[in-house]
Amino acid sequence: MSELKIVRRIKYQQELDLSFGKDVAATPGGEDLYKCIQCGTCSSTCPVSVYMDQTPRRIIAMTRAGFKDDVLASNTIWLCSSCYACTVECPKSLRITDIMYALKQKAIAEKVYPRNLPIPVLAKEFFSAVMKTGRSNEGRIVARVWLKTNPLKILSHAGLGLKLLRRGRMSIKTERMTGGHDQMRRLLDAVETARAAQPTR
Amino acid sequence: MKYLYYPGCSLKGTSRGYEESILAIFEKLQLPLQELEGWNCCGATAYMAVDEIKALALAARNLALAEQVAGNEPVSLVAPCNSCYLVLSKAQRHMEEFEDIGDVIVKAMREAGLRYEGHVHVRHPLDVLVNDVGLDALRRAASQPLNGLKVACYYGCQVVRPYATFDDQHNPQTMHELLKAVGAEPVDWSLGTRCCGGSLTGTIEKAGLRLCYILLREAKVRGADAVATCCPLCQFNLECYQGQIASMFGDEVDIPVTYFSQLLGKAMGIDERTLGLKRLFVPLTTAAV
Amino acid sequence: MIMEKKSPQEELRIGVYVCHCGANIASKVDVESTRDFAAKLPHVTVARDYKFACSDPGQELIQKDIKELGLNRVVVASCSPQLHEKTFRNACADVGLSPFYVQMANIREHVSWVTEDPELATRKAKSLVAAAVRRLAFAAPLETKRVPVHPDVLIVGGGIAGIHASLILANAGRKVFLVEREPTIGGHMAQFDKTFPTMDCAACILTPKMSDVKNHPNIMMWTYSEVEEVAGFTGNFKVTVRRKARYIKEELCVGCNDCVEACVLKKDRVQVPDEFNVGLSRRKAVYMPFPQSTPACVVIDPEQCLQLMKGKCAQTCVEACERAAIDFDQSDEIVEIDVGAIIIATGYKPFEARRIAEYGYGKFANVYTTLEIERLVNASGPTGGELRLRDGTTPKVAGVIHCVGSRDRRYNPYCSNVCCMGALKMAHLIKERTGAEVFNFYVDMRTAFKGYEEFYDQILSEGVQFVRGRVAEVTDWAMTDEEKGKLVIRVEDTLVGVARRIPVDMVVLAIGLEPQADAGEIQRKFNISCSNEGFFLERHPKLGPVSTFTDGIFLAGACQGPKDIPETVAQAGAAAAEALCLVDKGFVEIEPNTAWIDEEVCSGCKTCIPLCPFKAISRDEEKRIAVINEALCKGCGTCVAACPSGAAQQNLFTDEQIYEEIEGVLSYA
Repeated sequence: MSELKIVRRIKYQQELDLSFGKDVAATPGGEDLYKCIQCGTCSSTCPVSVYMDQTPRRIIAMTRAGFKDDVLASNTIWLCSSCYACTVECPKSLRITDIMYALKQKAIAEKVYPRNLPIPVLAKEFFSAVMKTGRSNEGRIVARVWLKTNPLKILSHAGLGLKLLRRGRMSIKTERMTGGHDQMRRLLDAVETARAAQPTR
Repeated sequence: MKYLYYPGCSLKGTSRGYEESILAIFEKLQLPLQELEGWNCCGATAYMAVDEIKALALAARNLALAEQVAGNEPVSLVAPCNSCYLVLSKAQRHMEEFEDIGDVIVKAMREAGLRYEGHVHVRHPLDVLVNDVGLDALRRAASQPLNGLKVACYYGCQVVRPYATFDDQHNPQTMHELLKAVGAEPVDWSLGTRCCGGSLTGTIEKAGLRLCYILLREAKVRGADAVATCCPLCQFNLECYQGQIASMFGDEVDIPVTYFSQLLGKAMGIDERTLGLKRLFVPLTTAAV
Repeated sequence: MIMEKKSPQEELRIGVYVCHCGANIASKVDVESTRDFAAKLPHVTVARDYKFACSDPGQELIQKDIKELGLNRVVVASCSPQLHEKTFRNACADVGLSPFYVQMANIREHVSWVTEDPELATRKAKSLVAAAVRRLAFAAPLETKRVPVHPDVLIVGGGIAGIHASLILANAGRKVFLVEREPTIGGHMAQFDKTFPTMDCAACILTPKMSDVKNHPNIMMWTYSEVEEVAGFTGNFKVTVRRKARYIKEELCVGCNDCVEACVLKKDRVQVPDEFNVGLSRRKAVYMPFPQSTPACVVIDPEQCLQLMKGKCAQTCVEACERAAIDFDQSDEIVEIDVGAIIIATGYKPFEARRIAEYGYGKFANVYTTLEIERLVNASGPTGGELRLRDGTTPKVAGVIHCVGSRDRRYNPYCSNVCCMGALKMAHLIKERTGAEVFNFYVDMRTAFKGYEEFYDQILSEGVQFVRGRVAEVTDWAMTDEEKGKLVIRVEDTLVGVARRIPVDMVVLAIGLEPQADAGEIQRKFNISCSNEGFFLERHPKLGPVSTFTDGIFLAGACQGPKDIPETVAQAGAAAAEALCLVDKGFVEIEPNTAWIDEEVCSGCKTCIPLCPFKAISRDEEKRIAVINEALCKGCGTCVAACPSGAAQQNLFTDEQIYEEIEGVLSYA
């Protein structure tokens, strides 16, 4: 017999961040956050909700109620694979995938994601690869992600890598843009400046 | 109408066979695709999580380049990768819908010497083949029809979601129609738009592989000889992890996973090497073909 | 166009009353400043503000000023004239001032409710007050006219709403024309098996009323008929009805069905889906919709009958009919009737379940709609009341999905009101008839009326499983052996917070209610309004629920919005009472806003004649000018606007009045 576990669960109002829901609602795609009727269509249509500690429906409820810490700490936002099923099935037209993006951005910005989670690392590796070459090289990026989060995986996937190499589906040589690289970098820098100049967001 | 080709990163890497077969069939259909000079990564879903506006700006640069090439001519930017297709479309729509995003991107583009007026039509090859080329032309081009090859048409997510522009969101039919036109027989299954797991296969393996397993198993249950895909990541996930899936779930899921364009090419009599079919892990058994 | 202004004869003494309407106006419009502004306008003797001008003390204040200060014109700046023009006109008339010397300035609906900025709101209020004051200078003390009312009533639609309203009016001694487009009256209620919450048999309570309609000496029951055209106005409508050819002599047919037996269309594949059984069975070219059809008279479908389509048939039906009731030479008949009032009771259309692809209706054989289950469990239905799946087996597990097509921005954003109770009824019937395990999937349970919560309690205690969650998908891919060959319902059990997959044999979709497909056409025909969803719009959501914006036309039942039988019947009673009020009074008072022709100016060009929607204008051939029949004129102003010489003028809207009003606005812009 296992031991009886007792956890005290209560939320004091002071622990909540009421501006959290408003912030999320102000991001692109978040505008209908407060129209949710908690029907659960998102959770049941979601192919990965079975692995989520909070179903997408609960994430919506918690977000608008201000459960910021719990939302950003949940694995839900990282499991979202952007398949948009919830977005197109929602009877109240919430763009749930976009809301998940907004939550991921907030978690990354506040550095509250779980350390062993490869997804934020993937996102960053992806960014640096694009900055460097203008393109992404899947094999290289995945290898670097695994190196940083779970080096054993590289070994277990070595066979797959070889197979890909042999079929010409992965190359040692880096794919690069055929020009315009400087322009692309100028563009991304300019986004930074333009955004800073904008009062909102 | 001008057709520009936006390969995206995957078609230059793991899904070389997609690029090869797309270029080959368009050539054969006398609608050669011209690759967009100087394109960059579309911005992709991974980047969207870090910095949405930058991701959209990356996409917007490609749109601006396409518009520049086309001059005043109406232009279709053909993006075979579902993810690129979505991100390019999303950039276009977000710039229109959200003024502040549009402003930042327009301003930044001006700094970088770019301008975009919104005239590019982002297209998926499924759309171009059905609506511009037409099923009749495909029927005529199919010199070696597929003789009832049973195919599970798998569209994946992002080609019809969230923007159902050229096909039904719940019950897409374009790939079905194309393959039927060249003699294949799509099997009846309900998972044509269910997610393959996307990048989860590489990050949260347990979850990602289960999604692939569900799809592969159902395709086999429905009697498919092959799965046809229209997205690099879907194809990669469904094909390259078959071994791991088999050991993880104790169930054989070996089934060829091709690009729909490879099947079309095959029906047009283009040789396997040109179509990149030799690059598949599980060879397409041509017994039925 | 330059008009010579006629100066008013008497000295004007105008009183202006600015209403606060509680906070409705005063929270946006600075009423004190508006009052002070009004006080300084020419001819204004007194200007006051008041908390509620429409209250008794408010009206008395105005009356007192008229008597003591000798006011001869009154401006009330308050709400829409729709609401209180009558109030203030009567108040003034009571102390001897012509009601047409009262002018409303709408500073609530047109100003305070729709303007964000208080400063702008106040400016607009002032300009409207200035306009009203200037307009009054040219008001005339018109006379209200009385027009006699036709005593008969037309009721459109023979469902439970139309039936109930007809019987009330007929029992009150009124002659009623009940026009129904289907071959029988009864509507959707006739298709139901049981009615919630008491589970009375629908036919048992409905069919007696149907026979009453048929046998009532005051009711002209016209089935298989449609209203073609409506002319006239309140109290005096002229209605054209098309009585479609039934190819049966209604007075001879007794509904013996011998002709149906004899019809040569024997094979299922040449027969057509039976409308009454929502396609679950087939019918022949000659058919009776259901055993208790009223009238008990068959009908021949001209699109199926070989004789009517091709002129070639053995005519076995003719042979079989002992009463010689079949008549292939019949043609549509056009009838014109005069009525004083009209009740529209055209009902609803069930939501088309195919539109939601995720639920698999039309794809999976064992996905049904609630209406189909009503027919399947009904003793006179296609299976004789046996609830069986398409393969003839009995379902062991069934899932009932609520809110299908309702509360969904992609389909109908509104709640269809009846589906929760309908779905509970389904659960009960399925359990009762098959003993199956039943799951109900709901988003919010809405059981708000008398006896409804008790019904929910009952169903709960019957062991129906309730899962709170909107179903994402009904699908056929199996994850487990148990799921193989079943329909799988994917849903989040939101009360537990976990995704579930529930395999079932049968799925029932509780489809919502929609406006009839041709509601737009009916709306135009009767000149009434529709809400955004397409249901007919009542005059006021609270205080005029059965009236329309067109006097003399009333609404009953689901054509005005989704509603169940008790509410429909209550509304039908109310509509009958309102219609009775109108026709029993014997006359209507007509607003004197009619048009007239200035004989000296009219050139006799005839421009106005074809434009008049009420056919009120004719030409006096002797004087070679246009003449307006005041009894027919509805005051729409079309002729006034169209007249090239300015000869057509309209009471209450003379050119002087309108120009003064415009100048009033502009003088304070």
